[in-house]
Amino acid sequence: MNAGAMQPGSDAAAEQGQDQDPGKAAGRVTAAVLADLASGRHRGVVVDSPPGAGKSTLVVRAAAEIAGRGDRLMIVAQTNNQVDDLLLRLAEEHPGLVLGRLSAADYRPGEELAATPVQIAGKAADLDGCEIVVSTAAKWALVDDRRWAWAIVDEAYQMRSDALLLVARLFDRALFVGDPGQLDPFATVDAAQWHGLTYDPSQSAVAVLRRHNPDLPVHRLPVSWRLPATAAPLVSEAFYPFTPFRSGTGRRDRALGFEPGRKCDPYDQVVDIAAESGWGMLELPSGFTLPSDDETVRTVAELAARVLARRGTAVSERGENALDAARIAVGVSHREQRSRVEAALVRLNGEIPGARDIVVDTANRLQGREFDVTVFLHPLSGRRDATAFHLETGRLCVLASRHRHACLVVARAGIPELLDAHPSAEPVHLGLPVSFPDGWEANQAVLGTLADNRVQL
Amino acid sequence: MSAVTALGRLRAAATGYAQPAATVRHRHLSDRPLVFVPYAMAGEAFAPLAALIGDDPDAPHLFVVPQPRDRQRRFAHVAELARILVPYLTEHLSSTETVERRNDEAYERALDAPQVIVPSRGGIEYLHLLGRSTRFRRTEGEYAVHPDVPLMGRWCTYLADRARMPGSSVLLALTDLLTQTWSTGQSDLENGELAALMGWVDPERGRTGAETARDAEGAPPAGPATAPEFDEKLAPLIAAYDTAERAENSRAAARAEERIRDLLGVELMPTWHRVWRGLELMRELPPGASVAGRWETDRMSYSLFAADLDSPDSRPQPRIPGAVAAAQQLSRREQAQSRLDTEQLRDDPLLMAEARLSGQAFRGRVAAVEADRMVTEPGKKQARPRPLLVVRTTDEPLLLRETELECVERPKARAKLIAVADGPDGTREVRIELTGGMGRGKTPEEGSIPEEGELLCWTVAASGFRGGPKWPSPEETPWTHGGPPEPRKELQEGEVRQPDEEELAAAEEPWV
Amino acid sequence: MGTTDTRLDLLRGSLPTRNHNARTVAALAANPGCARRGVMDAAGIDKTVLAARLGQATAYGQSPFAIVRGHAFEALVKADGGAGLRELLHDVLGVPPEAVADGEYAELGGELPEDAEQDKKRPGREERVARTRSALRRALEDARPGLCAILDHPLLPLDVSGTRAYLEPDAMACLIAGRLHVVEIKSFSVIDGGADPAKLASAARQAAVYVLALQQTMAELGHPPDVVSTDVVLVCPKDFSNQPTAALLDIRKELAVTRRRLARLARVDDLLAPLPAGLSFDLGEEAAPQAVADAVAAVPAAYIPGCLSTCELAYFCRAEARACQSGHGPGGLAGTLGTAIRGELGGIDDIGRALDLADGKCAPERGEEEIARVLRRAEALRREVLDDVAARRSAGLAGAVAAS
Repeated sequence: MNAGAMQPGSDAAAEQGQDQDPGKAAGRVTAAVLADLASGRHRGVVVDSPPGAGKSTLVVRAAAEIAGRGDRLMIVAQTNNQVDDLLLRLAEEHPGLVLGRLSAADYRPGEELAATPVQIAGKAADLDGCEIVVSTAAKWALVDDRRWAWAIVDEAYQMRSDALLLVARLFDRALFVGDPGQLDPFATVDAAQWHGLTYDPSQSAVAVLRRHNPDLPVHRLPVSWRLPATAAPLVSEAFYPFTPFRSGTGRRDRALGFEPGRKCDPYDQVVDIAAESGWGMLELPSGFTLPSDDETVRTVAELAARVLARRGTAVSERGENALDAARIAVGVSHREQRSRVEAALVRLNGEIPGARDIVVDTANRLQGREFDVTVFLHPLSGRRDATAFHLETGRLCVLASRHRHACLVVARAGIPELLDAHPSAEPVHLGLPVSFPDGWEANQAVLGTLADNRVQL
Repeated sequence: MSAVTALGRLRAAATGYAQPAATVRHRHLSDRPLVFVPYAMAGEAFAPLAALIGDDPDAPHLFVVPQPRDRQRRFAHVAELARILVPYLTEHLSSTETVERRNDEAYERALDAPQVIVPSRGGIEYLHLLGRSTRFRRTEGEYAVHPDVPLMGRWCTYLADRARMPGSSVLLALTDLLTQTWSTGQSDLENGELAALMGWVDPERGRTGAETARDAEGAPPAGPATAPEFDEKLAPLIAAYDTAERAENSRAAARAEERIRDLLGVELMPTWHRVWRGLELMRELPPGASVAGRWETDRMSYSLFAADLDSPDSRPQPRIPGAVAAAQQLSRREQAQSRLDTEQLRDDPLLMAEARLSGQAFRGRVAAVEADRMVTEPGKKQARPRPLLVVRTTDEPLLLRETELECVERPKARAKLIAVADGPDGTREVRIELTGGMGRGKTPEEGSIPEEGELLCWTVAASGFRGGPKWPSPEETPWTHGGPPEPRKELQEGEVRQPDEEELAAAEEPWV
Repeated sequence: MGTTDTRLDLLRGSLPTRNHNARTVAALAANPGCARRGVMDAAGIDKTVLAARLGQATAYGQSPFAIVRGHAFEALVKADGGAGLRELLHDVLGVPPEAVADGEYAELGGELPEDAEQDKKRPGREERVARTRSALRRALEDARPGLCAILDHPLLPLDVSGTRAYLEPDAMACLIAGRLHVVEIKSFSVIDGGADPAKLASAARQAAVYVLALQQTMAELGHPPDVVSTDVVLVCPKDFSNQPTAALLDIRKELAVTRRRLARLARVDDLLAPLPAGLSFDLGEEAAPQAVADAVAAVPAAYIPGCLSTCELAYFCRAEARACQSGHGPGGLAGTLGTAIRGELGGIDDIGRALDLADGKCAPERGEEEIARVLRRAEALRREVLDDVAARRSAGLAGAVAAS
C-alpha cells in the first residue's frame, strides 16, 4: 500500500463530480488525462487506477494519441508478460502503428505476438523506425544514446524509485499509471537508512516522483469495470479510504449461475452464497497451523474444484460465458502454498476434469490479473502471530480484487482474535509519509463482510 | 526461520546448552583483529565516556573522558583513539598486489585488510556516530582539532558504512558472529547482550549455558549504553572532578579522574575478555569455502577507500547521500545480499538442510545416467549433449518443471528439472537434464557427467552475477528525483580543495 | 461474584495504585493479548511493587545523566515564554513568524511527582484539569490571526476502562485558525534529519494518547475533535548540539491503535470471569514470594520477549514461561524464544512436546500431523548433517594425526 499516494487530489476531486453514469464519469477523467498530455504544460501526469478501472485501455489510448501527434514514445512495463500483453492490445487496436519490442537476447515471443508485425530487437538502435517501443524497466536501464519525447510508465506504483532513476534520462515527459492499493515494491536489505530521504530508493517510483514534483496533475480513474457492484464498495472503503471509486456495473448487470449442487455440503452452500452475494467464506475450525497446513490446502483446492464442477455460467455486460478453469483462480501468500494447492488440484483432476488447469499463484504474481471467480487462502489463516508480511494491506487488496463475479475465502476461525492480540510497535521514520490504510483496519473491514457470508466446515 | 533452525533453538532451551546453527564460520577472521569496546554517556547524542581498544588481549588501552560534556576533552579522547586506530587501519596498505580490471584501470589491492571487532551492534552505530561527529572537523583556525581527528572520522565512517554491506568483515559485532553460529535457548532480544549470549555459548564449568546466561544478566552491559545503576555510581565522581576543575585544584582533579578511570576500567574489562574469548571460539570453526572470496572484496573496498583518501580531490563522506548515491548503495547491498545468501547456502550443509526441508533443494544418489543423450533445442541447428540423470532422494522437492539447478559437489554443473516421480521405499526420483558444465565440445568432457551412485545435492541455480546497471552521474540526476545537485567546483592543478557549504556547516556544529 | 469494581478492589487489596499515564496507555498496545497485564492495569496495580514481592525486583531506572539532560533541554526550549518554541513552530508548521510571535504562555502546574500526596501549596489534579480547560477555552475564544497561545504542563483527563487517568503533555500550542497542536519535547537527537525509529515510535504512541485526550476535552468544550491536529510537533536536539529542531509526526495510525486498545480494555469483565472468586494479589508485605506467585499465576500471561522492555512483571512471567511443562521434557514455552519461532510450530506451545514430536517419542494429536511430520523431517535432516560433519571432522583429525 503506497505511502502518500492516496491523498485526495484537487484535480481528482473535481473530476469525480456526481455523475450518475459511470461511463460518463470515467470518460471525463480519460478526457482530462489526454488534455493534460496534449497541453504541454506538465512534465509528468499521474493516473491512479483502482483494480480493473481500465488502466490498460487508458495506456493504449494515450499511446495512440501521443504517437498520433508524431512524438516518439517509449513504454516502460515491469514484467515481460506485461510488455507482451500491452503490445498485443496495441497491435490489435491500432494496426497502423509501427511497434517495437526491446528484449533480452534469449527472449522468444509467444505464438500470438510472433503473429503480429511487432519488431523485436535486442538493441534500441534497431528499433529507431518504431513509433512506439515497449520494454521492461530492467531492459530500458541498459539503453544508452537514445531519447524519447514521451514515456508511459505502467504499473508505476509497483516500480521502485531506483528503477525510475535508471530510465528517467531516456524521456522528456511521462505519463505514470498504476494502482496505489496493491503490493508495494520491497528491498531485500534493510532500507531504513534511506527512509525520510525524498528520493528514498526503496519507495515506489510515484512516491518519489510526487515528492519532488508536487504540482504534477494527479487523476484518478473513478470506476472499476472489473469488480462487481457487490465488491467495489467494500474494496474501495477498505483499501482506498481517501480515494473512493465505484463499480461500473449494477447488481443486475452481472449474474453467476451454477448447476444445483449435488452434495449440499458446506462447499456447495458457500458456492451458492457467493453466487448470490459476491462473497463467501468457508471457515475451518480454529487452530494454529503451518502455512502449508494440509487440511487448509485441501479445502482450498476442493473449493476451487467445486466451483468448476458446478459448471457455472457467468453473465455480464460482455455476454455469457461458461465458467471454465481458465476463469477461476486460487490466490495464496507463499510459494510453498502454491506448490501444494497445485498438487492437490492435480490429484482432484481425475474426479473433476480440468481442475489442474485452475490458475494458482501468489498475491505478488496475481497483480494486474483478472478472473470471474477467485478463491483465496486468507493470509492470516491459522497463524499464531500476525506479521507485517501477513498483515500487509496490499496483499489482501490484491487477493480480494481479482474477480468479476465472486470471491471465496478459506480461513481458519480466529482471525479477529489474532488481530486483537497483535502488538502494534512499528518503527517510525522522520519524513517517511505514513501509509494508509492500516492493515488492521483493512482486515477488519473485509472480515466484517465475510462474516455475513460464512459457512463453517 | 525454518524448522531446522527452530529445532536448534528448542533443543538449546530444553538442554540448557547452545546448539550449532552453522557448521562453518561464514565470516573472515583476521589473525590480528582490533577489538574496540566503547562506552558513551547516557542522554547525549554522542558523548564518548570510555573505551578499551587494542589488538593484544593482554594489553588493552583504556581511554577515559572524565567530563564527557567538555568539548576539549572529547576531541582529546578522539585523538587518543586515533593514535591506536589510524596506524592499525593503514598498516596493511604497504603490501599490495596489482589487480587488472575489465572496464577500468588496474589498481593496487592490499594483501590483507584491517578488521575491527565490537561487542554488539551498538558498537557499529557508535563508530558511525564517531565518524559523523569528527570527519568534518577543521584542523586550522578556531576550534582546530588534531589532524588525526577528521582522518579517523573518515575511516570510522568507512568502517560503519562497510559493515552494512552484507557479507563484509572489516567491522563485525561479535553478537552477530555468535548468533549466526550458535542457537541459544533465549530470544534475539536477549542474544543482543553479549554477556548473556556468551553464557550460552561458553558456560562456566559445572553449570549449564542457561544458568550461566541467567547469572550474566546482572553483568555490566557490553555498551555503548551504560547501566543506569552504574551511572548512579559514576555521577558523584564526575561531579567531584568538576568541582576540582572549577577550583583549579589539579591534584584533586587528577585524583577524581583516576577514580573515574578505575570505575570504568572495572566495568569494561569483563566485556573485553568476553570478546576475545568469543573470537577464540569462532576460530575453532573452519571457514566456509567462499569466505576468502568475500574477504577479497573487502580488501578491494579497503584499498580503493584508502586510495581515495590520498587523492587531492578527496572529500569527507557526505552527511546524506544524493539520489544517485543512495540508489547505488541500495543496489550494491542487494547484490551483495543475494551473493551472500547463495554462497552461505553452498558452504553450509546445515543451511542447505533448510532449503531441502522447504523443497527448494534435494540431495540423493544418482540412480541412473543416460550419458549420451543429445537434444536439438528449439531455435538451434545442432544437437547438444543433454545427459539425463535420475536422482533418488528422501527429500521432497517442490520445484517446478524447467527449474534451473546447480550442484554443491559439482559447482560447474548446470541442470534443468524434468519431472519428480515417486520412487521405491517412499523415496522420490528426480529426473534432471544436464545443460552445462560439460565443456564446449560436441561430446561432454571426461568426468563432467556424474556417475551412478554419486551422492549429490542440487539446488535452485542462482541468477549469475550481473554487472551493475549504468547509473547516471549525480549531475545527470533526472527531474523525477529532484534534478542535479549544486555543481561542484572543478579543481585546478595544485589547488587545495575548499570545504563546501554543507561541510562547513557540519564543521561548525557545536558539540556540546 | 460482585461488580467489576469490587473484584478489582479485591485483587488490588492495599497494594499501591498507579494511575495510567501516557506511557502506560501507550504500552497497552505492546502486548494486548496478555490477560495478566490487562487485569493488573484495570486494577491500577503498581507492578513494580508487585514484582518486588515476587522476588523479581527489576531495575527500570533511568540514568541520572539522561534525566539531567532531559530537564535541561526542556527548559531551554521553553525559556523566555517559549520564544524559541514559537520560532520552531513557525518553521515546522510553515506559518509566517508573526502568526506565532505573540500569545499567552500559560504555565498550568509545573512538575507533579507521580501519585504525590495532595500538597496545599500545589494545585491538585482536578484543579489543574480545570485550569487547563479554562486556558483552552480562553485560547480558542481568543484565537485570531497572529495569536498563538502556548499551554505549558496542561493536565488532561482520559477515561481508561472506567478510571480517570491524568496526562501531562510537554506543551500544547494553540494556533492560527484555532487548530491545536500537541508539542512533544524529547531529548534524543535528530541527526542529519533522522532519529532512532524505536524512540520515534514510542514518542508517536505517547503523543497519540495526548491527542486522544485533547480531542475528548475539546469535545466536552463543544468543539469538533478535528480541532486537534494529528500532526504532532516533535522537538529534539539537532545533530550533536543542544539547539532544538522541530519535525512533524503524523500520528493518525497510532491514534487509531490507541482508540482500538481503549475500546477493548472495556472487556475486563471477560478477563475477570474465569478467575477464582476471592483472588487477591495483596498477601501482605511479608508474604512468601511463592504464595504471591501462585496468586499471580491464576491469571494467564502471554509472555513474549518484547515484554522485557515494556512490563515490570516480565522477568517473573519469563521465569514462569520457561519453567512451564506439560508432561514432556523441559524447555518451557516456545514464546520465550520469540514470536517468529511460533510460526514454525503451528499450535504447539510446549518446547518439550515439540521435541518429543520431532524425536518420534509421542504421537501427534488430531490437527498436529502436519507439524509433527515437518519436525520429524527437520530433525532427521539436522542429525544427518551434524553426524556427517562430525564424522568428517574426526576423519580429518585422524588424518592429520597420521600425517604428523
